[in-house]
Amino acid sequence: MKFTTHWLGEWLALGIDPAALAEKLTMAGLEVESVARVAAPVTALVARIEAVAAHPAADQLAVCRVRISAEQVVAVVCGAPNARVGLCCPYVGPGSRLPDGRDINETEIRGVKSAGMLCSALELGLGEAGAGLLELPDDAPLGAALQSYLHLDDWVLELTLTPNRGDCLSLLGVAREVSVLLDQPLLNPEVPLQTAGHAAEKTIALAAPAACSRYAGRIIRGVSIAAPTPLWMAERLRRCGLRAINAVVDVTHYVMLELGQPLHAFDLAKIRGNITVRCARPAEPITLLDGSLVVLDDLALVIADDTQALALAGVMGGLDSSVSDATVDIFLESAYFEPIQLARTARHFKLQTDAAHRFERGVDPSGQARAIERATALLLAICGGVAGPTSDQSDARHPTGRGTIVFRPARILGLLGLTVEPERVRAIFERLGLSVTHGPETWQVQVPPWRCDLSLEVDLLEEVARIVGYDQLPSTLPSATLQLSLPAPSEHYAQARMALVERGYFEGITFSFIAAAPAAAFSPLSEPVRLTNPIAQDMAVMRPSLLPGLLLSLRANLNRRHDDVRLFEIGMRFLRPAGELLQDLALAGVAWGRALPEQWGAASRAVDFFDLKEEVFAVLHALGHSALAVAPCVHPALHPGQCASLLAGDTVVGIMGRVHPHFSRLLDLDVTPLVFEINLAALPSAARSGFKPVSKFPALRRDLAIVVAAEVPAAAVLEVVRDAGQPFLRDLALFDVYQGQGIDLGKKSLALGLLFQAPSSTLVDAEIEQSLAKIVAELTRQLHAALRN
Amino acid sequence: MSTAQALQATGLADIEGASDLPALDAVRVKLLGKKGLVTEALKTLGTLSESLRREAGLALNVTRDTLNAAIALRREALAEAAMTSALNASAVDITLPGRGQRAGGLHPVTLALERMVGIFRRAGFEVATGPEIENDFYNFEALNIPRHHPARAMHDTFYFPDGLLLRTHTSPVQIRTMLERAPPLRIIVPGRVYRCDYDQTHSPMFHQIEGLFIDERATMSDLKGLLHEFLRLFFAQDDLQIRFRPSYFPFTEPSAEVDIKLPSAHGFSDWLEVLGCGMVHPNVLTNVGIDPHRFQGFAFGLGVERMAMLRFGVHDLRLFYDNDLKFLRQFA
Repeated sequence: MKFTTHWLGEWLALGIDPAALAEKLTMAGLEVESVARVAAPVTALVARIEAVAAHPAADQLAVCRVRISAEQVVAVVCGAPNARVGLCCPYVGPGSRLPDGRDINETEIRGVKSAGMLCSALELGLGEAGAGLLELPDDAPLGAALQSYLHLDDWVLELTLTPNRGDCLSLLGVAREVSVLLDQPLLNPEVPLQTAGHAAEKTIALAAPAACSRYAGRIIRGVSIAAPTPLWMAERLRRCGLRAINAVVDVTHYVMLELGQPLHAFDLAKIRGNITVRCARPAEPITLLDGSLVVLDDLALVIADDTQALALAGVMGGLDSSVSDATVDIFLESAYFEPIQLARTARHFKLQTDAAHRFERGVDPSGQARAIERATALLLAICGGVAGPTSDQSDARHPTGRGTIVFRPARILGLLGLTVEPERVRAIFERLGLSVTHGPETWQVQVPPWRCDLSLEVDLLEEVARIVGYDQLPSTLPSATLQLSLPAPSEHYAQARMALVERGYFEGITFSFIAAAPAAAFSPLSEPVRLTNPIAQDMAVMRPSLLPGLLLSLRANLNRRHDDVRLFEIGMRFLRPAGELLQDLALAGVAWGRALPEQWGAASRAVDFFDLKEEVFAVLHALGHSALAVAPCVHPALHPGQCASLLAGDTVVGIMGRVHPHFSRLLDLDVTPLVFEINLAALPSAARSGFKPVSKFPALRRDLAIVVAAEVPAAAVLEVVRDAGQPFLRDLALFDVYQGQGIDLGKKSLALGLLFQAPSSTLVDAEIEQSLAKIVAELTRQLHAALRN
Repeated sequence: MSTAQALQATGLADIEGASDLPALDAVRVKLLGKKGLVTEALKTLGTLSESLRREAGLALNVTRDTLNAAIALRREALAEAAMTSALNASAVDITLPGRGQRAGGLHPVTLALERMVGIFRRAGFEVATGPEIENDFYNFEALNIPRHHPARAMHDTFYFPDGLLLRTHTSPVQIRTMLERAPPLRIIVPGRVYRCDYDQTHSPMFHQIEGLFIDERATMSDLKGLLHEFLRLFFAQDDLQIRFRPSYFPFTEPSAEVDIKLPSAHGFSDWLEVLGCGMVHPNVLTNVGIDPHRFQGFAFGLGVERMAMLRFGVHDLRLFYDNDLKFLRQFA
C-alpha cells in the first residue's frame, strides 16, 4: 500500500516530516517499507506554446515561441511530436539542471538559438510516459513553478501491512491511524449524495447472501469515455503505483485508494436484464479482463446478468462486460464480499488483484454507499453523464457493526505488565473509533465497522500497547518454579558431532529434497515421498537418505580442488516402505581422499573401509553404544564387497561401505567414496554396562599366529578365541593380517596378542599354557586353523 | 711430599684428565682397583713401624676418600655432558607442522543454534522437537490460521499429494507439546522449516528456533525482558540496541517483531529484524485444551540462519547450503 503525504494532508494536519511519520507508523505496527520523494527538485515553470514554426535545417525539429510569464516569451527548439500552439507544458530555463543531471544552457541547435527546454514527464523524473511533452491543463497558471503546481515536494510512503490491517489499505484508513498517532482530528470530508437525473435502475438479487450480503449499483448514462483523466488524479494514481487506464476505470481506482472500497464499472450495454450475485455453476466459463479464460467451480461467486456471469465477484471483471472506448452508459458496482470465500476464490484461481487483496482482508461493511456516491460525483465531474438512483440491496445477515468486547482494564497490567491510567486507555479507544461504556471492573467496548481485526479482549490490549508504544513496556524477567529434566535425546547428538569433528569431519547442511532418480536408486523399496509443488525438479522428492545430498556436496568440493573431503550431516530422512510415512533422524557421513591430511614424515594412504569403521564406531561410542556388531550386507548403492550393516541385536541401525560405481555415475561423481548412515531413531537407548572389579594381579601377554582359510571372517576367529580363553583372557588384539609368501594360497595368517589376568591371584605359567592350548584346540576344531610354523 | 700426598696429586690430575666414562673408569682402576696405586700403598703399611704406620695410614685413607669423591663428581659431570650432547643431537625443528588427523568443524548454523539452545537451556527451558512433514492441523488450524485466511499467504507452503505439508515454522511443536503436557511449560524448539521460495535472500529450507513459556502470570514485559537478555548474550553486546515493534501473527496477540542495531563493525547499519514473538493467542490455548482464563504465556521464533549471518558477518544466505570446505573451515 502506497500513499503520499500531500494526499494524506487532505485528511488531517500532518505537521511532521515524512521520515518521522514513517517512524511513528512503523512503531505502531504499520511497517513503512520505503520513504521517497516523488521527484527530484526541479526549477521548471508552467509555460504555453504560442507559435510553432518549422526548423529551417531539421525536419524533426520545430522552433516554438514559448510564453513563460505575462511579459516574457522565449524561443525554444523542440522535437516533441505533441508540441502545438496553445499547449501548456513545463519549461526549464537556462542555468537549470534536470533530475538526470543534464545542465540546460542557452544554446544553438542547427543554427537556431534555443533558450531552455520544454520537458516530458520522463525528463522531469515523473514516470515513464515517454513520447512527447508533459501536457498540463489549459488553466495551468502561466509562469508558476511546476514544483508547487504539481506538488512535487510530495513524498511516497510504502506500507507493508500485516494481513489483519485491511482497514489501512486506503488513505482514509491511514489517515485514521495517523490521527490517533499524532492526536490530530480527522478531517472526514462529507460526500454529498448525488441526486438521480433519470430513473433507470437494475434489480439486484443476492442469491448467495453468505458470500455477498450487500450490493449497491447505479446506472450512469452518457458518460464521455474519451474524457482525459485530470492530471492531479493521474498523478496521485501514479504516485501510489497505479497506471492510468481511462477516466472511468481511473475514478474507480481512485476511490478504492481513497476510501478502501473496491468498485467496478460495467458497460451497461453488455448487461442483459438484471443483476444477480450468485455462486458460479459448475464449470461455468468466464473470460476475465486480463484475457484469461477461467472455468469456475460452484464455490466461486459471480456477478451475473440474466444470461451469464459478468464478473468474478470482488476479484476481477469480465472482458465482455468491461468498459471500452465504445462505452456510453455504465453500471457502477459497490459491494461487500465475505473475506474467506473471496480469499479462497482468489487463491484457487491464482488471481491476486488490488480488489481481492482488500476484500479478503475485510472492507468496511458500512462503506459501500459513500464510495458509490464519491465515485459518481467524480465521474460526473470528469466524464459528464447523468446518474440514476442507487439500488442498494442488503441481506439481513449483513454485518452492520463489529460487536462489543468486554474489556477488563486490570488485564493491561495482568497480560502486558504495563501500567496505564484508565483515562488514557479510554482516550486511546475513542481516538481509535471504539466507543466505551464504563462498568466498575469491566468496560463494554463497541468496535467500529472498519476494524474487523478486533473481536477479543486481547485485541484491545494490543491496541493499548501499540498506541502507548511497545517501547513503554517494562523489561522484566519471568519468574518460574524450577523444573528438573534430563537432556533430550537430541542433546546427546552434540557428542556424536564432536566425535566426527575430532576425526576431521566438517558438518554440512544439505536440502531435505533431492531429485527423484537418486532417491529411487538409493531406496528402491521405499515409495518416493514426492512434493506436489517442488521448487525445481532436482528438489522434487523428500530424501530417503542424507547420502545423495552429501555426495553432491562432495562432488562440488572435488570440483573446487579439495582433495580430502570428510562431511557429515544430521537431519531427517523420509521413507515410505509399506505405504506408511517414516520420518527419522539420521546421521550420515562421506569420506574421500587421504586417510590423514597431507603431511611430512608419514606415508600417504587413501582412506579405506577400516578408517571409516573406526570413525563410525567412535560416533556410536559417543552415543553410548560401544558393542554394536557389523554384518555383511547388500545395498543397491554400495560396493557388494565393502558394505556392512550395523546391528544392535537384530535391529539394523545403520549401514556403511563404499559407494557403488553405478551410484556414483548416477550422481555424476568420478570417485567411489566411503559412506555411512546411522538411523539415530533406531538406536536403542544406551544401556549402562555393569562395573567389573579391577584386578590388582599381574597381567601376562602371549602372542599367537594362526593360519586359516582366507574366507574365514576375523570376527569368527576372535569370537572362538574369546570363548575358549575364559576365564583368564582379559584383552585380545588382532595386530597383523598377512597373505603372501610363506602362506599357502587361499589361506591367511592372523597374529593375535592375548593378555591374561586372573581376578584374585597371580597366574602361573601352567595356567596360561593350558588356556592357550585350549584356544588353539578350539580354533583347529571349529575353524580348521593351524598354528603358523 | 709424602707418598699419600703425591698419590693424591697425580690421582686428582688423572681424574680431571679423564675425558669420558671409560677413561674415568680406567683411572679409578689404576688408582683404587685391587692392584691400584693407593691399594698397593696401603698394603705396604705393614712394613712400617707402629708410629709411622698410624700416620701414613691416616694419610692414605684421606687420599683414598678424596680420590673416590673426585671420581664420583667427575662421573656425574661426564654423565651430564654426555646427556647434554645426546639431547643436542636430538633437537628438532619445532617449526615443522604437527602430524596426525586435523579437526574438522561444526556448521555455523549448528554453532548459532547450540549457542541459542544453551542460553535457554540454562534458564530452565527444555528442548522439544517434532516431525518436519506435518498436517494442516498442527501447522495451521491449531495455530489460529484457518484455511483461506490471508495469513496463509505469509507462508508459501510445500504440499504433498495426500494433503500433508512441510512445516512452515517450528510452531507445530508448540501445539504437540501443549497437547501432551500440562502447564507450566518452558520449551525451546530448534529445527528445519520449509517455505516454497528460493532467491538470493530466501532458501526453501532454513532453520528456526522457537520458544514457548506458559504459566499463570507471564506477561509481555517478561517476554521483552527475556528477549533483551537473550539477544545481549547471543551477540555478546551489553549495549545492543533493541526495539520491540507491533506486528501480527495469528497465533499471538499482542504480537511483536524485534529489531536490533549492531555496532557498525558488523557491517550492518540499519535496524535488523531478528525475531517475531507475542502473547499466545487465547484461541491457540483453547485449541489445545488449556484454559485461557487461567493460563497465559508467550512464544517467540527466530530464524537461525539470520542470527548466524549477523553473528558471523556472513552476507549471503546461500553459502550455508553450499558446504564448501573453504567456507566451513572458517568456523572450525
